[in-house]
Parts: sequence; structure tokens; C-alpha cells
Amino acid sequence: MDSQDLDRTRDGNALAGDLSAVFTPEMTAAQVTCAGCGATSAMAEGVAYTQGPGTVLRCRFCQHVLARIVRARQSLWMEFQGIAALQVAPADA
Amino acid sequence: MDATNGRLAIQSTDNRVAPGEGKPGVSVISRGFGGREDRPGRAVPPGQYLTDDFPVLSAGPTPHIDTDDWRLDVRDVDGSTTSLTWAQLMALPSEEVTVDLHCVTRWSKHDTVWRGVSIDTILEDSESEAEYALIRSYGDYSTNLPLEDLLDGKAWIAFEYDGDDLPAEHGGPARLLVPHLYLWKSAKWVNAIELRNDDEPGFWETLGYHEYGDPWLEQRYIGD
Amino acid sequence: MQGTREATSQTPAAPRRTPSRWLRARILETRMETRSARTLVLDVPGWDGHDAGQHVDVRLTAPDGYTAQRSYSIASAATADELEITVQKVSGGEVSPYLVETAAVGDEFELRGPVGGWFRWRAVDDGPISLIGGGSGIVPLMAMIRAREQAGAMTPFHLTYSARTPDHLFYAHELYRAAEADPNLQVVYAFTRAGIASDIRRPGRLTSNDIAAIAGSNGAPARTFICGPNGFVESATQLLLDAGHAASSIRTERFGPSGG
Repeated sequence: MDSQDLDRTRDGNALAGDLSAVFTPEMTAAQVTCAGCGATSAMAEGVAYTQGPGTVLRCRFCQHVLARIVRARQSLWMEFQGIAALQVAPADA
Repeated sequence: MDATNGRLAIQSTDNRVAPGEGKPGVSVISRGFGGREDRPGRAVPPGQYLTDDFPVLSAGPTPHIDTDDWRLDVRDVDGSTTSLTWAQLMALPSEEVTVDLHCVTRWSKHDTVWRGVSIDTILEDSESEAEYALIRSYGDYSTNLPLEDLLDGKAWIAFEYDGDDLPAEHGGPARLLVPHLYLWKSAKWVNAIELRNDDEPGFWETLGYHEYGDPWLEQRYIGD
Repeated sequence: MQGTREATSQTPAAPRRTPSRWLRARILETRMETRSARTLVLDVPGWDGHDAGQHVDVRLTAPDGYTAQRSYSIASAATADELEITVQKVSGGEVSPYLVETAAVGDEFELRGPVGGWFRWRAVDDGPISLIGGGSGIVPLMAMIRAREQAGAMTPFHLTYSARTPDHLFYAHELYRAAEADPNLQVVYAFTRAGIASDIRRPGRLTSNDIAAIAGSNGAPARTFICGPNGFVESATQLLLDAGHAASSIRTERFGPSGG
């Protein structure tokens, strides 16, 4: 990532709002395992590209796409193919 | 990883009316907000706003490709591939074009000046009967469109913007430029043109964005 | 290592109403923190509190339907129906100039939250706590300091606040008074461009000396919260790791180049 990229990105905390509209437990605190490099860290620590047609969350270590979110009119599209495993405290715990 | 593998996209449908989605009277209007002035002159497509800026939007880190290493692969349906080096690209006839840009994030920019090689020239020796193209970029970006939308003077491999070498942040050393569609189809850091018989959805098309993307019909999302 | 009293009745207990619905926010009061940053006190009917460190999404709608959305950290401790945000004007920005310069008492916008489960502090959490803020990154850390006071907690807090000059400080008087009144709250300033003549510390970015001074006061923190622009967070994190702090003890929030 070059220095201009650093200026244009945020971290996974930026996904909290959109994910709160869909998931009951707070997801950015979830531990996610990257399908690319196997590193595990909080979703909040990923690199978030938020200024394009959608939000792309990438692994801070290997840049693999962990998740993508698109707000399309009345729908929210999401994919999490890059997350090999996700560990979260359930709302009923 | 190929973003088009195994479409596990989850779609969550929100039945509430989203304020600001073209339904005045429903939303909370913020007095004095709205820096988008109306300008007289050429119209913009529906839902677009004119800007003088050239915003940099991306889905990932900016690739930095040395022109010595740069290749543009053209793959046909029969699997055959031809590969263009930078020197070969520079040796092809190029043209300067002035076009309007329309980004699906709602900004439009008029009269942008580019230099590029027409896709007609790139595909001149190809006798492909493919109907579609999947454009791939350095990095993991891709986008799809009908082959005919790349031909007949509608698209270029652009390597100069506004008289200078195309900066990396805007897709340099070379990007696809296909201005009659939303700008996400003008793939930055173009690396390959895959000619196909099927319309394989690209990076954003697998996640809710329209397979075609005509700004004048406001084809932003699937189903529009 | 830990000293907390029970949360007072003013601190709402989790769980709360679903944070995902957009609420109407109306500006009750404004105050400039610096020449380019302003605190907005918001009336938000239905707001039932938040944890310090969480943020809200703010959405503005123009009369023609155009919308723009940004996230802002909550600056205040939890109160029913009300909250404060502090907005740093980003020149050339779309939302922050409106919130800092145009919006006035009585104006309204939409707000969603509280959101954020990673970067937050509760009075029941173990201490000591270290806070490291760069520029407008001080905002969620101030919420933590205010929440600590509201809860009557005695958790040792150490704040390292990096700003360009004393004129760039948010909440300067409040921080001064709070630190004077509470021996368990330490506030250290690290000016990057110019400080006060009598400062021992030379102006400049954070160094390993600044990090070492944190552990020197209360012992190694149980948790460190770092907030500010991307570059600030990256380098502060690296300094902590270099000094032997466990990665698992560090929580970060990156604002982007100029902090929201």
C-alpha cells in the first residue's frame, strides 16, 4: 500500500454501521481468519476501502479481500468469501 | 482470489424506504446542505452531479506496474492468447479523445481528455465470435461487458490523461476507457481482455451492480 | 491495578434498542473547540446511551435528495436522548464543512448508532488504561474520560495527546481541570509542531520516550486505545509493539488522513 492509499483507507470500524443493520451481535469485534494468509485478527483491524461503489475490507497483512458490502437501493449485498472462519460472541450468550 | 468464484453473496432486503432515495418528503432535510450547484449547460444522466474534481475511488491498494513488465493479454474463447508489451502498445496508432465520465457513485465530469489506443485496433487481428468480454486488472479487479460495447470507436486502452502520463491512482500505466457506460466498467490497471461466450460477472457485478451499466438508463444495480 | 465503583444509575445497561435505525438529530448547542473544529450537542429522541469509544453514522440529505454519510465518534458520556460529537473540518470535504460552519442550532440531520464493538471502554473493564490520541483522534478518548468520571471510576487512565500546537487541542480546559482534580487521571501532551516555551519535551512526533513514559506511571496498561489519522495509528502501534506491549492489548481506530 503506498502512502496515498494509506490516506484513502480507514479500518474495519467503518463497517460497524452497515453490519449493525443486519447482524445482532456487534460484528467488527469478531475475530476473523483470513482465507488468504490464515492470520486472525478483529474485523475492526482490517483495511477498509469505503469510497468506491461498495466497501471492501482487506486483510491488513496480505490484502486479501475479506468482505465486501454494497448498498443497492433497498438491499444490502454482502460477501465474506475471504473469511475462512469468524468467531463472535453470540447475542444470546 | 477470483471474486467471481462460488457466488456466496448474501442479499438482505430492507423493506423500509431509505430516506434520500428519490422520495422527497420522507427524509430529514438538512437546511443549507447540498453543495451541488445546478449548472447551466449539457445535461448529466439521471441522479448524477457535476464535479470539477477527479475523485480517486478504489477497491484495493494501487498497483505500481513498471512498463517493462506491463502486458495486455487478449484471450479468446478457444484459449489462444496474444500478449501486448508496452513497446508494442506504444507502436500502435493512438488518438486523443474528449469524453464525459459518469461514476456510479454519482459524480460526473465533463470534457476529460485522454490519449489511448482504440480497442478496435487492439482486436484488429482477432476473428473472435465471442459475444462478451471480461476485463481483468492488475490486482483482483474485473468487470464484464458485451464485446460490441468495446468496438466501433467506443473504447480505448488509455495511457494519458489531460496531457500527462496516466497516474497510477487513476489507473496508470494504462486503463480501459469505455465512457458510454458507468466508470466502474473502465477498469483501471487493465491487464487482460478475455473474450467469452458467456457474460461472466466481474468484481462489482457479482455483488449487486448492473451487468451492463448504461448511465442514461440509470442502470446502477441488478434489476434496474 | 483496578479500582472501580459500581456504575451509577446514569449509565444505561446493555443491551439497548437496535442501533440500526436512523434517528432524527437536532442541534441544541454548538461550541468551537478550535478554529476549525466544533462540538455539536444533539437532541436525539430515543437515544438510550452508548459505550465510550463508539461512533455514530451521520447522514445529510439535501433538498434535491442528494445524500452524504460520514462516521463521527461520540464525544460525550452516555445520556438519554442526547449526545455530543466533535467534528474537525476537513478542507474540501463534503460533510464536515457543513457541520462545522453552516449548520446552526435547530438544524437537523439523521444519525444511526451507537456502532462499534471493538473500540470501546466500559467502567467494568480492567485497568490501567492508556489512551493515545492524535489530532481529532482525541474525541472517542474524551468520551472514555467523561464516562469514567460519570461512573465515578478510579481506574488509572493515562492520556498521551498528540496535537500540532496548543491551539489545536480540543477540550483543553476540561482536560486540565480533570487532571488537576484526579490523581488517577494523567494527561501528557505531545506537540508535533510547537509547544509552550517551558515544555521539556521537544516538539515532534511520538517517540519511544513518549511510550516509555506511559508504563512509567502506572505500570504496563491492561489495554491501550489509539485513535487518530492512519499514519499516526500505524506508527504509535509500532512503537508500542517495539516496546514489548502485547498486540492483544492494543485497540485502534483509524480515521483516515485528517480524522473525520
